[in-house]
Amino acid sequence: MKKIGALFKLRFLIGLQYRTAAFAGIITQFAWGSLSILLYHAFYQTNPEAFPMSFSQLSSYIWLQQGFLALFMIWSMENELFDLIHQGSIAYELVRPMDLYDFWFIRSMAVRLAKTVLRCFPLFLIASVLPFPYSLVLPTAPLPLLIFLLSLLLAWINVVAFCMLIYISAFYTLSAMGIRMIAVTMVEFLSGALIPLPFLPDSIRFLIEWLPFASMQNAPLRIVIGEILQTEWLNILGLQLFWAVILILLGKKMMKKALDRIVIQGG
Amino acid sequence: MIQVEHLSKSFQIRKRQAGLKSSLRSFFVGKSENIQALDDLSFTIETGEIVGMIGPNGAGKSTTIKILSGILVPDSGTCTVLQYCPWKSRKEYVKKIGVVLGQRSQLFWDVPVEDTYGLLKDLYDLSPHEYLDSLQELIQMLSLKELLPVPVRQLSLGQRMRCEIAAALLHRPQILFLDEPTIGLDAISKTAVRRFIRELNQRRSTTVILTTHDMKDIESLSTRILLVGKGKLLLDGSLEELRHRFGHIKEVSFRTAEPIILPKGAKILEQTEYRTRLRLDLKSCSLNQLLLQLSQNGGIEDLAVEENSIEEIVAQLYQQYNII
Repeated sequence: MKKIGALFKLRFLIGLQYRTAAFAGIITQFAWGSLSILLYHAFYQTNPEAFPMSFSQLSSYIWLQQGFLALFMIWSMENELFDLIHQGSIAYELVRPMDLYDFWFIRSMAVRLAKTVLRCFPLFLIASVLPFPYSLVLPTAPLPLLIFLLSLLLAWINVVAFCMLIYISAFYTLSAMGIRMIAVTMVEFLSGALIPLPFLPDSIRFLIEWLPFASMQNAPLRIVIGEILQTEWLNILGLQLFWAVILILLGKKMMKKALDRIVIQGG
Repeated sequence: MIQVEHLSKSFQIRKRQAGLKSSLRSFFVGKSENIQALDDLSFTIETGEIVGMIGPNGAGKSTTIKILSGILVPDSGTCTVLQYCPWKSRKEYVKKIGVVLGQRSQLFWDVPVEDTYGLLKDLYDLSPHEYLDSLQELIQMLSLKELLPVPVRQLSLGQRMRCEIAAALLHRPQILFLDEPTIGLDAISKTAVRRFIRELNQRRSTTVILTTHDMKDIESLSTRILLVGKGKLLLDGSLEELRHRFGHIKEVSFRTAEPIILPKGAKILEQTEYRTRLRLDLKSCSLNQLLLQLSQNGGIEDLAVEENSIEEIVAQLYQQYNII
């Protein structure tokens, strides 16, 4: 726990060194969110009944997605970790008294959290004072909020566990660029980052909802906007937990194999 | 304390000619070559020793350090350091050692040095008391006070290296591995690093193993030298032994009024019209003989006889073992 705190603190400090970047991020995400909402607004005006959720729910979905962007986005991977492998500075990571998988896992979680904390609050504040139905509406009861936070935590773990697989693949391929591009594009679609998953046709939606990617951002966002019924909560959390365990075990195994045959690049 | 037995390690290197054509060809026919980085290496090191590993580039020095510090896994052989096998119980073992890799950095680039230290404190589970104690000592020994609040990217190389060394020692390790700690440093920084290592060794009897290409490092630090070449241990001895072994070779420089004829056993290193610097092998030509010949040739205006420099000795060693 102390180590997690320390890593988070350092990442937060590094994030604070680049305040302008954080500020620009807030603006970008606000603009992006507004544009998405306006786009859907046009669709909803044609036929509001054709959509699986109300417009207000959709607005909240988008605002939360933008606010927690750094927590959810597969594409914001840590280039530093790729460089460590490619340039050989991983040697220093290996003289630390920690399991390398755990170390990187915690570090990735810390990086994402630090980025999110720096950016999400102003966005949420502005989004919640917008006029209805464009605003961010959160449930007022404590139970759904609690379930949301739990699901958010599991989603965050799933995202990091998946990224770990890509980092580790760099041990084998040296440049993970290719794998990274395919994975990012695929996960963008399958996790509901591009279009919320309920918007997909039932036949493929049913399949996609069982994949690990649906456990990433789809699950917590749908819980908090009330799109997933209370009776389904435990199933969703269970599925998220299941995928988190699978991804972590797989990653640990891959890491162990990689370290047995590791080469330090550049002497 | 450190026991290394029959350590071997090889790497695969994929080779291809430069250029587009051969680059395309290498998609289909890959040529890979096996490089034997370490070849049956064995040695023992006792507590409190300072051991300098020398050898040309690619000799296997860094590989040895990396295996000893648990980073790399060897192909075969055993290795026991402080009762641990470095690569098998890496997590436990690395708490007891410090590692500095001169060509790499362990400090976070964007934040002040002290922030990295704060993280290391928690990674190594140091109590606030232990941390402050050890930090105070390092600040004083390496004069770091002014450097701690500066972001790492704004430090000079010499300043950064001092901070790197301190980072490796915050947890008070029993063994310190230094891979080319003085690479790229100016004379003053080098001296500071050397002085610090000596002091550390005396104060805490920390065992130090370093690799270097700077023979001054060896001269001022190590009591023991390991010469590695092509993955093999070629020589294990003290600097004195080496000196003695090559003691029959001297460097003589002199100035004469007129050009001279040289005796056998003298090899010219540098010669201008009247000034000559040569290497003399006392086995084939004594100093007396040389002086006699010089004085016959016309007066000696100036003369200096020096021990074969350690640089020269090492160059001769490399040649003798045919490892360049």
